[in-house]
Amino acid sequence: MSYKGKASRSRLRELRRDYQIYLFLLPTILYFIIFCYVPMGGIQIAFKEYSPMRGISASEWVGLDQFIRFFNSYQFRSVILNTLEISFYNLIAGFPIPIVLALLINQINSSRLKKGLQTATYAPHFISVPAVVGMLVIMLSPGGGLLYNIIDFLTGGNAGVPMGKSGWFSTIYVVSGIWQHAGWDAIIYIASLTGISPDLYEAAEIDGANKWQKIRYIDIPSIMPTAVILLIMNAGRIMSVGFEKVLLMQNAMNLSRSEIISTYVYKIGLIGMEFSYSTAIGLFNSLINLLLMILVNQIAKKYSNISVW
Amino acid sequence: MATATNNRIRKDKGFNIASWIISALILILVLYPIYFILIASISNPDLTYAGKVYLVPKGITFEGYRTLLQDARTYVGYYNTILYTAVGTLISICLTLTSGYALSVPSFQGKRIINFLIIFTMLFSGGLVPTYLLMQSLHMIDTIWGVVLPGAVGVWNLIITRTFFEGNIPRELFESSQLDGCSHMRFFFSIVLPLSGVIIAVIALFYGVNQWNGFFNALIYLNNPNKFPLQLFLREILLQQETMSMDPDLVGAMRYKANLVKYAMIVVASFPVLAIYPFLQKFFVKGVMIGSVKG
Repeated sequence: MSYKGKASRSRLRELRRDYQIYLFLLPTILYFIIFCYVPMGGIQIAFKEYSPMRGISASEWVGLDQFIRFFNSYQFRSVILNTLEISFYNLIAGFPIPIVLALLINQINSSRLKKGLQTATYAPHFISVPAVVGMLVIMLSPGGGLLYNIIDFLTGGNAGVPMGKSGWFSTIYVVSGIWQHAGWDAIIYIASLTGISPDLYEAAEIDGANKWQKIRYIDIPSIMPTAVILLIMNAGRIMSVGFEKVLLMQNAMNLSRSEIISTYVYKIGLIGMEFSYSTAIGLFNSLINLLLMILVNQIAKKYSNISVW
Repeated sequence: MATATNNRIRKDKGFNIASWIISALILILVLYPIYFILIASISNPDLTYAGKVYLVPKGITFEGYRTLLQDARTYVGYYNTILYTAVGTLISICLTLTSGYALSVPSFQGKRIINFLIIFTMLFSGGLVPTYLLMQSLHMIDTIWGVVLPGAVGVWNLIITRTFFEGNIPRELFESSQLDGCSHMRFFFSIVLPLSGVIIAVIALFYGVNQWNGFFNALIYLNNPNKFPLQLFLREILLQQETMSMDPDLVGAMRYKANLVKYAMIVVASFPVLAIYPFLQKFFVKGVMIGSVKG
């Protein structure tokens, strides 16, 4: 048998073997095409006046009218500002806490306490959003128990119904978010702290370093890279603050400070049935998100050589 | 010198005590709200309202749970949630494992472009209304598919799975089996899967908890209350109370009882996941770790 024949036979065999890879990929690729890329095609209704009778492609083209309507609407300013307020607050207050928690857990020398503390702090992460909001609603109203009494005491008996106070909304959102996720978010830092070589600590002890100094000069520098990357990643998601929790926490009294872009898109689109207008607002938000992500990724690439793509 | 060392040891001792105290405080802060809901769900609602229930349940009553047990929605919700979690998790695992394997095959051409197209969906999406219109034209509104299919493949979970295969399936094994003419299908089922218990557990738990606690798809794509999962009923009960509490005339026995039902409902909806996670914790943590390698 000639060499060439062998080669082509092995290529045939390769193909016969590799078609199965495509078979493995096929369902997932179909999934992404249908559920992710087809809706991207549907974005065209943002530039049209969608009518269900005519369908997506036959609806009348209106250009940028929907966007101009949004920019000129009186909701525009407040929705953008609320989104930015809640997400920046969440980023700035929520970011350092997992780091502090990880540093603390790392200090504990009893492994049982360490493990117990970790398990306990993960717990709220496993509670669903409706349940957490349910807890907030009851515990932050008169007769809601210890937590309400403490708040009432701290505000000199003027707590009222905190969930109904628009000025408190972002704080309740952020603090409950920290309660729910700080333990879980600390995992990644604890992992990198565990990876520190014991030699470093021994050397520091010989040099007479105390515990504070060890944290300051060994622990913190070693988790810095992880922290910077996570900070940058979170900054890229600044406009996509959690829809579910905000929607559930909203009520008529706090709406002026709690209406954010994603909840507004939901109400205009699926409740108000203004499909085109809602899509335009959603597209505006997605584009800002995309730009932020690209920007942030460039920064990450420049300063840490680590990037998402 | 000796005094300096003594000083240091004394300082460290103070430090240890401080860290114990802070740990205890954190434990209380994290666990007390959960504990409070639990004791309030079996306490006399009048006593809870009067602020007398702090540490132990008082005036024990199971009225809240009894009301839930008599409410058909509880059973409908549990049935649907279990169904959606089981079917959704199964679909998600199958898709993620097969495509994760394909994307981990070193010799596979076209990997880069497919990776990019998948990751791009994390950065940009069609948005709420275009996705809704798609679901409508697929006739998936008010069906189980509306709940389990959107989001069935988590990009993050796919990356974790691929990373796991790349790092844990020995390349030599793959190469020698290729030389022997072993097909991908056979290699996947007889070598990869048996070596992948950990990653299967990890992504099954991620998908499962997500589906159990999930509420977005159900909110958007379900109108028929007979299809509602538990989390939507939880929201209904929550809103019911909301409108009642705005009417001061209704403050009274009704309201206390409604609160009791709400406490009980939160416990009923959260209990399964809270009860299992401590035992499966290492898998969840492992998932976060595998993901962190890839950044």
